[in-house]
Amino acid sequence: MMEWVISLLLLLGGSLILVGSIGLVKMPDFFMRLHGPTKATTLGMACLLFAAMAYYGFYGEGVSVKEVLISMFLLITAPISGYMLIKSAIHHRLDSIESTRGKDNIEED
Amino acid sequence: MLETVILIVFAMIGVSLLLNLWRLVVGPSIPDRILALDTMYINTIALIVLYGMNMGTSLYFEAALLIALLGFVSTVAVCKYLLRGDIIE
Repeated sequence: MMEWVISLLLLLGGSLILVGSIGLVKMPDFFMRLHGPTKATTLGMACLLFAAMAYYGFYGEGVSVKEVLISMFLLITAPISGYMLIKSAIHHRLDSIESTRGKDNIEED
Repeated sequence: MLETVILIVFAMIGVSLLLNLWRLVVGPSIPDRILALDTMYINTIALIVLYGMNMGTSLYFEAALLIALLGFVSTVAVCKYLLRGDIIE
């Protein structure tokens, strides 16, 4: 039973990470490309670390605090790096396609 | 069953690392390349956690934590450099 749960979590995490990277390759401009990695890899890493927690809690040496530490750290730092990346993209005035939303909110200087 | 699943997830993360590498090489602008590098850091953490599960030890979590820390700090430092032309003002 526990093996099924761990396998399901692992497959979900791996496919979310793969979807994030496919989005990084396939999306047309930078402002869309940022969505794939920041959201999908955060969710995927959460699934993988939950699977690792269940695995070590069930088979190994008990649940340790390190998995919680990694997932909390990734959860806190992923939005910050996304924010810094989008700020530098706006600062460098990267060109975007017409259907990218929110461009009106960028102030001219 | 778990061994097969771990192998499949290894293959998935390997393919996504290759896709990130393609974006890192091709990427038309500098923020694209930083984004690809940041994603590669996160995928490497996933790879190390999976390798630890495959080997059955939790010894590799320190390495994963270290990579997470250094990846975040380096991404913020390079973005700061792009924004200001200087890392520490």
